[in-house]
Amino acid sequence: MPAITMRQAISDALWEEMERDEKVFIMGEEVGVWGGTYAVTKGFYDHFGEKRVRDAPIAEAVIVGAGIGAALVGLRPISELMTINFAFVAMDHIVNEAPKLHAMFGGQMKVPLVIRAVSGGGRQLGATHSQTPDAIFAHFPGLTVIAPGTPADAKGLLKSAIRSDNPVLFIENALLYQARGEVPEGEHLVPIGESKVQREGSDVTLVSYSSMLQTSLKAAEQLEKEGISVEVVDLRCLRPLDMGPVVESFKKTNRAVIAEEGWGSYGVGSEVATRLYEEAFDYVDAPIKRVNQQEVPLPYNRALEHSALPQLADVVAAVKEVL
Amino acid sequence: MTLKKKEHLELYRQMVLIRRIEQRAAELYQEGLIGGFLHLYIGQEAVSTGIVSLRKPVDRVITAYRDHGVAINCGISAKEVMAELLGKATGISKGRGGSMHMADVSKNYWGGHAIVGAHLPLAAGMALGDQYNGNDGVTICMFGDGATNIGFFHEAVNLSKVWDLPVLWICENNQYGMGTTVKRASAVEQMRQKAEGYNIPNARCEDGMDILKVREAVEPALEHVRSGKGPFFLEIMTYRFEGHSMGDPERYREKDEVQTWEKTDPIGVYNRYLVKQEIATKANLDKVETDAEAEVVEAIEFAIESPEPALDTLHDYTYVEAA
Repeated sequence: MPAITMRQAISDALWEEMERDEKVFIMGEEVGVWGGTYAVTKGFYDHFGEKRVRDAPIAEAVIVGAGIGAALVGLRPISELMTINFAFVAMDHIVNEAPKLHAMFGGQMKVPLVIRAVSGGGRQLGATHSQTPDAIFAHFPGLTVIAPGTPADAKGLLKSAIRSDNPVLFIENALLYQARGEVPEGEHLVPIGESKVQREGSDVTLVSYSSMLQTSLKAAEQLEKEGISVEVVDLRCLRPLDMGPVVESFKKTNRAVIAEEGWGSYGVGSEVATRLYEEAFDYVDAPIKRVNQQEVPLPYNRALEHSALPQLADVVAAVKEVL
Repeated sequence: MTLKKKEHLELYRQMVLIRRIEQRAAELYQEGLIGGFLHLYIGQEAVSTGIVSLRKPVDRVITAYRDHGVAINCGISAKEVMAELLGKATGISKGRGGSMHMADVSKNYWGGHAIVGAHLPLAAGMALGDQYNGNDGVTICMFGDGATNIGFFHEAVNLSKVWDLPVLWICENNQYGMGTTVKRASAVEQMRQKAEGYNIPNARCEDGMDILKVREAVEPALEHVRSGKGPFFLEIMTYRFEGHSMGDPERYREKDEVQTWEKTDPIGVYNRYLVKQEIATKANLDKVETDAEAEVVEAIEFAIESPEPALDTLHDYTYVEAA
């Protein structure tokens, strides 16, 4: 299997699905002539043309809302939000329209829409452009929220998302675009809603997703050298949330740390910890720990930003605390 | 387009049927059989009846939350409307939508949307779908004067012109956004001036209480869009005789004003026209009214006797199940 970057894996998934199905098209800010602000759709405009790679005005509500409308009438749109921070101006369409229409009209309507958005901090973009608000979106029944942490999962899950008849928010992480990993050649689909053990271990269950998956894998490697065996479980999807592999792992290790890039309050870690207490209370040998971003609007200053974001050392320390 | 007697009587029938449904719905609401919000279309019947009478089956219709009338015009039965109002399994949205969310996709009627202005981006997307697929349908999107002040309106209307989408924007100007007059909410007096700002051809029908004048205004507007010239914006002046919704104390307008407008009751206007022009006899029209009354009585019986949705179907339609 060739090792490719996350950027390439996402780009390949889009390209392959557009080649496979003419109903698939992309719209968003700078997706066409520019080639995507993160270069994910570089070359698409020339190959697929302006009908299928549509540069939209900077107007996120209609980028998502028109995506919903086109999906309702049978197309498979991919609405690209340059970053997830811009999702807030399209919030009604993401959480109050797309996930509601199928249920609200008694099953008459379907919204096979994918919304792509880049999440995460660490690039000195300041408080409004650096957030990891993934958990907010996972709150809404009817929406599917995917946040892969490896190139293989990114490719396989994005292809599944495009083929899904449900609205999907597909969250990418800018710092992961350069991450490399092996991706199976040929048709590669990953089912939506399945967590995965990315590294086996026996002492502590370390749960994470997206950018913190990579950090968690590094932490596990480092801890192994100190004789601590860490099992890393990757959620991959925040909704539907598959607790199966997490609970199974926890029953083996009896200790858990959840690492996510976003704020801790009301977050993914809170959800996973609660479910572990609910589903495996008898197996708890130590209080479950969360590793998160400090609860401040993320500062611009490099050192301040670094100190606010969860780092490798924080994950390592948390694992040692639960032992 | 000149109408035959039969066609006139059909339009009159629809208007009367809507009026009777709304009047009986108000009673059922007071009796506690209808829950939630209930926005009555009384006074505005000529608008939707005139508009929908000119659409072809390929033309999509989408509207806001004052939607019972449009539902009837699009061919949903009085029974299905009443059952939905009562939240029954036999309702057009299976009791999951209620007053504000009625749709019948099989009749190309796409609802019934309750967030002010949020369906405009959806309409743009549906029109994009038809343009993308080379279909010749027009998306007819109706909304109130209040919706022209929200961002969704501007994003959707702008995009429709930028992409030359086959959409007919119809603003039903009933002169109040809830209890706030147009003057107190809009910087411009005529809503069509906003379309002017986006370089979209537009017109204003000054008398939306006269169905024939509504049709005269809609016909060229629809033709404009159908001929591939891009979007058109039509403002239709009208008035609602009842409050914004049930329980509205109506402190914002004088009784005299309502009474003055009631003299132009669209059903009375049409009735007098049909008799004066000797298109129909008073007896003909009386029969239409008696029949409509009977239909509504039957619809209420049907709704009352219909089963509630089974509680074990609660989770149905949250997601589209994979095939």
